[in-house]
Amino acid sequence: MIEVRHLTKRYGGHTAVNDLSFTIEPGAIYGLLGPNGAGKSTTMNIITGCLGASSGEVLLDGVNILDQSASAKRRIGYLPEQPPLYVDMTPLEYLRFVARAKGLRGEALDEQLLAAMERTGTLDVRDRLIRNLSKGYRQRVGIAQAMLGDPEVLILDEPTVGLDPAQIIEIRELIRELGQRHTIVLSSHILSEVQAVCDRILILSHGVLAASDTAENLTALFAGSGAIRLECRAEAVAVGAVLDRVEGVERFLIRPGEGGTSLVELRPRANCDPREALFNAFAEAKLPLLELHRERASLEEVFLELTRDDPGELREAEPAEARAEESEEVSEA
Amino acid sequence: MTAVFRRELAAYFKGMLGWLFAAFLLLFAGIYTMAYNLSGYYANFEYVLDSISFIYLIAVPVLTMRSIAEERRARTDQLLYALPLRLSGVVLGKYLALLAVLALPTAVMALYPLILRQFGSVSLGPAYGTLIAFFLLGACLLSIGLFISSTCESQVASAVIALAVLLALYFIGSLADFVSTSASASLVALLMLALLFAVALWRLTRSAIASALALAVCAGGLFAWYAADSAAFSGLFPDIMAKLGLFDRFYAFVGGVFDLTAVVYYISITAVFLFLTVQSLEKRRWSE
Repeated sequence: MIEVRHLTKRYGGHTAVNDLSFTIEPGAIYGLLGPNGAGKSTTMNIITGCLGASSGEVLLDGVNILDQSASAKRRIGYLPEQPPLYVDMTPLEYLRFVARAKGLRGEALDEQLLAAMERTGTLDVRDRLIRNLSKGYRQRVGIAQAMLGDPEVLILDEPTVGLDPAQIIEIRELIRELGQRHTIVLSSHILSEVQAVCDRILILSHGVLAASDTAENLTALFAGSGAIRLECRAEAVAVGAVLDRVEGVERFLIRPGEGGTSLVELRPRANCDPREALFNAFAEAKLPLLELHRERASLEEVFLELTRDDPGELREAEPAEARAEESEEVSEA
Repeated sequence: MTAVFRRELAAYFKGMLGWLFAAFLLLFAGIYTMAYNLSGYYANFEYVLDSISFIYLIAVPVLTMRSIAEERRARTDQLLYALPLRLSGVVLGKYLALLAVLALPTAVMALYPLILRQFGSVSLGPAYGTLIAFFLLGACLLSIGLFISSTCESQVASAVIALAVLLALYFIGSLADFVSTSASASLVALLMLALLFAVALWRLTRSAIASALALAVCAGGLFAWYAADSAAFSGLFPDIMAKLGLFDRFYAFVGGVFDLTAVVYYISITAVFLFLTVQSLEKRRWSE
């Protein structure tokens, strides 16, 4: 639906976004994740036509967004990082202005206005000056503004930033609800947020796409080499003997634990999950297993790994993989 | 465009600014009407308009300063870029709202000659002709103020720059008399202008090559013209200064002449500055 092709944006000597390409498919919630200054807002500003790119293009159903700006903009609702509110207006006046600017008139206007205010919970404050509203309500008015005109795509730049925890949960629920009818792209530098709401995650780092996948796949990608830890009430020698018999164990390390137990850290062979075999082997030897679990790289670790400042090996390797996957997607489509 | 127009108009009249502008203009119109027409027994309302035209120097910068600069500060300009609006529509909506604010005191002033007529003979032709010119002059200055607001980040900067520009326009006609009329002086002055233009271009585009090229073309053209016909340069610069005197065109109307060329002049200047405002907004999108 939205195709970003080789997008580059330079501010003077600084490159904010560097040769960025990705595709947004309809019907999903996308999370644009990256630390501050990774180029998230710049990317969103370009997608919505607020900012011109230094090179590259954004296609909406195959049409360049800048060529068909009015009709393209009607299909995209945008909430910038700082909600663009006229503080000397009330939410009702403000939303009416936006609805008119989006070409709504008469009954359709009133209907959409009411629906947007209802869904964002701003109906109660509709006659108060925006100047006097709390940050949470301002954010809601901003989201209501983006919803007007029933656009297919909603682009929300850091929709929960600066809100208190209760408000964050409310806004997240609202976004999930909106995700049923709209394609949503939201940005955040908070990982748990993206994890909680989004179907697919695009990780940006220094203006470059570091990874693009579902939350599960991203985690799995890094969990492949996950170590297995187990605790057994037995002597180290006996444990070692059992481990030697189990297939799929590459190497292991046994340390004495408290109260006569042994702590084992073992590394399985690639693409191998020996947990079942381990359980059976220990049961046969009548050695009681107290604990057995595989460590998974948390998404947090993946994120930190991908976006850390010194480009390590992993990060170097990742974009290639991410891009390869993406090109598969494109060819499928 | 209508959405922007309605929003702007509501903002001017829900806040103080629109009323303040009208009150300010009408206060001075009242004082001068009292002095000239009621106490001085002149039957010419155009003298009042002549005397209060300097009010524009303060009223216009104050009215236009927030128009676009404030949008930029509050980041609401992003909304205008993201909405399915054409930037020309946005600028036109804003400008028409400014015109509507100006139209209010003008409409009230239109009653004054009729009131004065109750007490003696007032020639309505020059009075209303001058009032129309007064409105057109205001419209023209508002477009300049709007453009300045579009280039500024802060309201204060916008107001100060607009005041400086309007002051220059106010005095430029009279200053023209003091400038040397020799051909070589005109050439030097025009070269300085070309240099200023190049510097402004460099500031805007950050492209040294384009600026140098523009300077070379302007300077080369001037020298070539000077070499071909140096007589044309005598008095050229003071002429140009006099032509730029927006206010001086207005005085012709006060003298009882409805100068159509001045009307065309005002409308053209307005169109040019509205166009520049659109370009200024468009440029923001590319280099922000």
